[in-house]
Amino acid sequence: MNVFQFIAQNYTELLDHTFEHLRMVGISTLLAVMVGIPLGILVTRWPALDKPVLGTANVIQTIPGLALFGFLIPVPWIGASAERLAILALTLYALLPLIRNTHAGIKGVDKSVIEAGRGMGMTDRQLLFQVQLPLALGVIIAGVRVATVISVGLATIAAAIGAGGLGEYIFRGLSMVNNQLILAGAIPAAVLALLADVSLGWLEKRLGSNLVVAQQ
Amino acid sequence: MSADLSSNGLAIEFRNVSYSFGAGTELISDLNLQVRRTETLVLLGRSGSGKTTTLKLINALASPTSGEILVEGRPTTQWDPIRLRRGIGYVIQDAGLFPHFTVERNVALVPKIENWPSDRIHKRVTELLQVVGLDANLASRYPRELSGGQRQRVGVARALAADPPILLMDEPFGALDPITRAELQREFLALQKRLEKTVVFVTHDLREALLLGTRIALMEAGKLVAALSPEEFVNSSDPMVKKYLDAFGSLPTNNGTRGLA
Repeated sequence: MNVFQFIAQNYTELLDHTFEHLRMVGISTLLAVMVGIPLGILVTRWPALDKPVLGTANVIQTIPGLALFGFLIPVPWIGASAERLAILALTLYALLPLIRNTHAGIKGVDKSVIEAGRGMGMTDRQLLFQVQLPLALGVIIAGVRVATVISVGLATIAAAIGAGGLGEYIFRGLSMVNNQLILAGAIPAAVLALLADVSLGWLEKRLGSNLVVAQQ
Repeated sequence: MSADLSSNGLAIEFRNVSYSFGAGTELISDLNLQVRRTETLVLLGRSGSGKTTTLKLINALASPTSGEILVEGRPTTQWDPIRLRRGIGYVIQDAGLFPHFTVERNVALVPKIENWPSDRIHKRVTELLQVVGLDANLASRYPRELSGGQRQRVGVARALAADPPILLMDEPFGALDPITRAELQREFLALQKRLEKTVVFVTHDLREALLLGTRIALMEAGKLVAALSPEEFVNSSDPMVKKYLDAFGSLPTNNGTRGLA
């Protein structure tokens, strides 16, 4: 039985796993956006936090996926559910690109534009929301894009701790030495990653055009 | 900003002002300078002479290390910096327009953060575009869709939006081609005659200084050399002034040079 026949016969189960997968990626990316972007802004405001925050996010990034799942198992409430565990791990991984891109995006806004705004009597808050964030949006979306694509791939590992998702097929296929089964998980995961990449790439391009002009 | 009648016709006054950046390097030393109401004072000097810093001390983008700057009779340190800046128009080289705002929104910036009603803002923007000689149908354009001269006009309109009594202009025409520059200089003169603002204008271009200034303050290495009327300036026997005049005498054209003040 080849992979396409398998998919055709098991498409309801495949859809379930795809939804599990998307749920994990969606929730974790959303959480990471909610934490990462404010952290990125904070870091531009207090440069002293710059190194510790980015450093911590960097260190998290270097922990291998399976090991991170293992570390998190003893955490109360989180460790009790495989899905919560997976979401937390994916959130932690997604933080680095978000913090770094928010920071870089805001720092990259043309100095003369900021100075003109300040010189005209804009408050820090007005500068942030009316000038810096809108002009950094393209770069920030690029961070969301990287984070999402990484998450789609990493979420396959979540099956190892029983959180479901498309990794189910991959791990089942590995233990049964069945390449078709592995592909039944890997191909949809790759398609998801590509779709996320293309759609967020489109958004980035649309919103990022401002920044290109800002740096003329 | 309400005019303070007790301040003897001075809009801005520098009293023994020094400014250092970080440890040691003194960018402005012991500056004493007075700007009278409705005059156009040109700060002239080479790159790095402290002209731009002097300007930024007026709208509190920089704070003096010692001494004080009085704006409308009140030290800048006692002003709420936000209120102070909203009462001072600011025009910089390349205009510093917000690239994600249309011309209309750029010009409306200060009225908007001052919470003017939107019909009043719209009326004011239309009026200002006319004042600076821009076609009304440019209002919906983005800065990237304009020429350098048009952008600079928008920059001037934006600075005038809330009708501030004081205008600070930092090499506003420095990045323009010679023809557009001459055009804008002429219009600036006509505009200034009508509006009677107190203007502090930074340039390194002697011709521009002589053309636009009612007084010229020559700066060198963070110090004020002399503050003279254009006639006094060209006839001055001060060695530094002579040096500046000579430098221009030997240059057939100064057009197209860009300063890094």
